Amino acid sequence: MTKLPALRRSPIALVVLLLLGLTMTGTAYAAFKPAAPVNPMEQAANASEEDIETGRKLFLANCASCHGTNAQGNGTAGPSLVGVGAAAVDFQVSTGRMPLAEPGVQAPRNARAVNFSEEEIYQMAAFVHSLGPGPDVPEPEYLDASQGDPANGGKLFRTNCAMCHNSSGSGGALTRGKYAPDLMNVTPAHIYEAMQTGPQSMPVFNDDNITPEEKRDVIAFIKDIEEGGSSYGGHSLGSLGPAGDALFVWTFGIALIIGAAVWLGRKAS
Amino acid sequence: MSNLPDTPHGTAVPATTEGHSDRSLAVPDRFENPGMPPHAPRRADVDPRAAKRAERQVASLFLLSILGTLGFLVAYFAIDPEARGHVPGIGLMSLYHLALGLTLAISLLGIGFGAVHWAKTLMPGEEIAEERHPQRSDEETRDAAAQILSDGYRGAQLHRRPLLLFTAGGALALFALPLAVQVVGGLGPLPGDRLARTHWRQGTRLMVDPAGTPIRPEHVTQGSVFHVMPEGFVGEEAEHELDADELLVAKGKDSVILVRLNPEDIRSQKELDWGYEGIVAYSKVCTHVGCPVALYEQQTHHLLCPCHQSTFDMTDDCKVIFGPAKRPLPQLRISVDEEGYLQAEGDFEEPVGPSYWERG
Repeated sequence: MTKLPALRRSPIALVVLLLLGLTMTGTAYAAFKPAAPVNPMEQAANASEEDIETGRKLFLANCASCHGTNAQGNGTAGPSLVGVGAAAVDFQVSTGRMPLAEPGVQAPRNARAVNFSEEEIYQMAAFVHSLGPGPDVPEPEYLDASQGDPANGGKLFRTNCAMCHNSSGSGGALTRGKYAPDLMNVTPAHIYEAMQTGPQSMPVFNDDNITPEEKRDVIAFIKDIEEGGSSYGGHSLGSLGPAGDALFVWTFGIALIIGAAVWLGRKAS
Repeated sequence: MSNLPDTPHGTAVPATTEGHSDRSLAVPDRFENPGMPPHAPRRADVDPRAAKRAERQVASLFLLSILGTLGFLVAYFAIDPEARGHVPGIGLMSLYHLALGLTLAISLLGIGFGAVHWAKTLMPGEEIAEERHPQRSDEETRDAAAQILSDGYRGAQLHRRPLLLFTAGGALALFALPLAVQVVGGLGPLPGDRLARTHWRQGTRLMVDPAGTPIRPEHVTQGSVFHVMPEGFVGEEAEHELDADELLVAKGKDSVILVRLNPEDIRSQKELDWGYEGIVAYSKVCTHVGCPVALYEQQTHHLLCPCHQSTFDMTDDCKVIFGPAKRPLPQLRISVDEEGYLQAEGDFEEPVGPSYWERG
């Protein structure tokens, strides 16, 4: 009898196989996870006529089929963009959510699908901004996480955000296939704009509800978690709460216990 | 397997079969006890070198355990509890806890594995069957035991003095009462109307949680959601004035979610009347088991509970449209005070949160 088949039948093989599978899945996920672009954008209110005109052309070419030629909306295909503001355009386009790749319950974040330069996004934002007053892209001073108070941000996050995005910002399920996305590796500008504009299922958190300074606190809190925060536990296992942790413990714990039982019950040769 | 007749090792097959052809007919009423399989000596039983090797293995496991214990003691004093570092495959974690856990695991597993390995290789390895004995004692012993009890009963004169029997019995029975009273008393006091009432009163302002600022109707734009607490129970001032228990109770039952809906979308007249220009306030405590129902989908106006996915329709008086909750969320009647801030028009009309016994 050769060595390999004997090893393959060994109870340890199961444990090794499980470990390998889990490690490889995690590594593959980390390798393919898209990185978000970094951009504090200039205020759309300062845009020149030229930018707005270029933005209009970009809009006609890329957005008008769903949102209508004057951004007035087109029935169920796409909502009106009058008054959504430059912040909404920057959020939707530079996270790769818009233009929508395919109809579905929710536009997914996809940093690889961003086919526009920052300047082009700025021009489209300027065009939409010129249609009607709406939230502008945030000012850089409110995006600097180092000036925020993560403790207060944590309070705000737990009251306003945690029930959908999970207490550690790793996202969660909504109804009918919709979901609140993971907040890790999202740029401060996008976090701010999401609160400001309420994309898709997310409600709006306007400045009367959460002030710009408080939004900065929330950003500081999210960035703090991203950098490890006060976590002492090592691998987060996805921070999905008790279900994910239990799955891990059950898979590994039971495998270990079965292995130990088999070893205990077997006679020595 | 070894009990097939044509295998060379078929020693355990009963010798009752006469031939292959009528084997199926010759099944006896009772199978004979085949007894133990023959004892196969282990390598360590016959080979002194193997025994020596096993001894060394066991001893090294125990030694490993000793090193683990010493390592634990060193780690306990030497490593800074706040120290964190990147561990391959695990990520950023506390080195202190990692070291304590690993050394303690080595210490315990060394003893365990060592003992098991010892038992499997060197301790006696013969298979032994223990016979089962009947549990019933013989008649003589049983009569003797009954006689002892009877003698004791008579010797204590219980058969002649029933007064002693009853008073002693009563004293012993009542002795259990103080224990029972403590257990039952620990369940109290009765909650009174605390489950049915919250801190909302006529004129209590709605305050943003956690900032503690009042809200004007024009702040509540369509699509936005406000998490609200009653005035005096949120913000820095309240955190100084109230103790942690009071704040926690307030958070547990006064939490309210405030949204503005398009009045045309609202299908319940009562909801419209109790709100203010389409702004409606509902209790945030789920009527199932009391989780904060705060996943508000601004496009569908569904409120979702994160714990068990109970879903409430905000355009139709927060009726349950999915999930285990049985009652709609209670609505808070709101209006605007002279200074233009949103205020409550009294407490909720019904108890907030999950059902309870007295409520039925």
